[in-house]
Amino acid sequence: MRFLLIEDNANLASAVAERLQLDGHAVDHAGTLDDAENCIAAADYDLILLDIMRPDGDGRTFLQSHRRAAKSTPIIVTTARSEVSDRVSLLDLGADDYITKPFDFSELEARCRAVLRRRGGVAANRLTVANAVLDSTAGELQIDGVGQTLRNRELRLLEVFFTSPGQVFSKSYLLDRLFSFSEDVGENAIEVYVGRIRKRLEPSDAIIETVRGLGYRLVARP
Amino acid sequence: MTFPPLTRSIRTRLFLQLAAISALLSVALFLVVRGLAETAAEATQDGILAASATSIADALRSEDGEITLDLPYSALSMLGTTNDDRVFYKVEVNGETLTGYDDLPAPADPPTISQNTFATFDYRGDEVRMVSASRTVSASGVPSNVLISVAQTRLGLAAISQRISAIATGVGLVFFLVATALSLLAARSALRPLKEMTAAVTRRGPADLRPLAIQPPTELEPFVAALNTFIARLRASLLRSEDLIAEAAHRVRTPLATVRAKAEVTHRKLNKPEHKQTMREMIRAIDESSRSAGQLLDHAMVTFRTDSLATEAIDMGELVRETVARLEPAADLKDATIRCTIPKQPPHFTGDRILLQSAIQNILDNAIKYSPDDSDIAVTLTAADTIRLDVTDQGRGFGDSDTDTLKTRFSRGANVDDIVGSGLGLTIADEVARAHGGTLNITRNEGANGACVSLVFPLQ
Repeated sequence: MRFLLIEDNANLASAVAERLQLDGHAVDHAGTLDDAENCIAAADYDLILLDIMRPDGDGRTFLQSHRRAAKSTPIIVTTARSEVSDRVSLLDLGADDYITKPFDFSELEARCRAVLRRRGGVAANRLTVANAVLDSTAGELQIDGVGQTLRNRELRLLEVFFTSPGQVFSKSYLLDRLFSFSEDVGENAIEVYVGRIRKRLEPSDAIIETVRGLGYRLVARP
Repeated sequence: MTFPPLTRSIRTRLFLQLAAISALLSVALFLVVRGLAETAAEATQDGILAASATSIADALRSEDGEITLDLPYSALSMLGTTNDDRVFYKVEVNGETLTGYDDLPAPADPPTISQNTFATFDYRGDEVRMVSASRTVSASGVPSNVLISVAQTRLGLAAISQRISAIATGVGLVFFLVATALSLLAARSALRPLKEMTAAVTRRGPADLRPLAIQPPTELEPFVAALNTFIARLRASLLRSEDLIAEAAHRVRTPLATVRAKAEVTHRKLNKPEHKQTMREMIRAIDESSRSAGQLLDHAMVTFRTDSLATEAIDMGELVRETVARLEPAADLKDATIRCTIPKQPPHFTGDRILLQSAIQNILDNAIKYSPDDSDIAVTLTAADTIRLDVTDQGRGFGDSDTDTLKTRFSRGANVDDIVGSGLGLTIADEVARAHGGTLNITRNEGANGACVSLVFPLQ
């Protein structure tokens, strides 16, 4: 996905950008609302992450003018305030969702996905390996035109493999991608999910191979 | 100045003072009425006595150089009263008693021809009033000095005075009672503006910090002005602290967010499991602190709002759906499914939308947090005798924890040490429920593991 990150704190912006890039997203950073306008004019973004508390004018005004201009790029607001009353007013102003700082990136990704799915109409984000097509926006795996709706973790795991076919991923890496920091799970848990996506991929020519001692990789059946 | 409790009430004090004044006035009225009436009665007696003396004087004759008196009947009959008043008289000619009671004492203050004198004294066991008149009668060319005294006991007068006293007492008493009743009304009406002001201040919502717009009585103008100045200062200070809290939250959470993002990046890049574990613990500590801060703010907001509920009619079905939609991504991450059951005709409830949403969100948040992977969370809204929202999960339940203790601040279940939490979620939900006349019920999920947390509100 391509993100526009509107955040005046350079430290936070670089950390967030780096973190999002780790998961294979492209991130442009705008430090000011003017920069943001320029970025929006120059490129198409899947999502805008807007910091609502800004030194250069309230993010709310940006939110409203963005909505008035009927721009379709969804906006997820990042806010340091967590009061319910604040959140409600943000949604009323036209934010698609909000997330409280500091945020869990897997939650942020889940919210982005939910927003994009809700919006619909956005160009599908398709990844293809052999005859298997992963539509991560719709959360669907299509094999020879037959779609299967995926559960969230299956989708995320498949996304990892489909983004870099042939690459070996260690169990511990996959574990990090799949489970949040508040969950204490052993590496064996990953085997359960690998088992599940193998089943999903069964009708296709794509398979998940076990690379002994190293991990797993996605390859097309020879 | 401090007053004992009873007299701290302005109304009581005003009333007591007015009552004391009317008591004094009543006594004064009584004395004046009685005094005037008695003076009038005495003047009447004096007038009759004088007329009697005059009529005796007019009956004096001189015959053959002798002064004679044929005592006219009318002179004494005019003094006749219904009472047993006795009449005494004496006519002296040049100091010699001509007729009458010899022992009737001479007046201390001798009368002149033109001026009668009156005296009051005890005579033959009774108090008497006596008039003395003086005449000069010429007998055979020799002028003789005649002194006529007529006295009457005062029994009649005493009776009249007694009657007058009784009437005066009655008048005074009635005056006192009427004046007291009026004082009560006056005290009440004088204090009505105070009552109205109190009501105007009490009616206000927590966020209403506009100046008072009432027109106070002149005496209360300085007070209202002072109050308005105070409200303005309070508003300024609240705005300042709101800004401060927002600013503080921003200042604290932004670096926390930076740390968390960097920690996640580092965690991803680390290879050694023990290093990864350390980083994981750091991230959890960050989550814990930010979560506590958020919940504390929410709890403060709930406490503040429950003091004076903002109420509107709320479609509970829609509220539940909205809140569930908001939390679905979080459940999704664990492959947990929220199953929402909402009746076709969702119940409406009058309450504070933000508070109710906060309560539902906290309950759902808990359910998601404690749900195992791949499990179901059932959210069921029903409306029969009560409006009831059940949130049932398949998590570890509350173990042996006392369900009432769980509702108290910072108290957490006995079996949750491994999960980030602040111990405020259920407290918030419980306080919201109670503020709306409802209850928060915590039970075991029947027939399975897990917990069932219910919000129950009365039908309106």
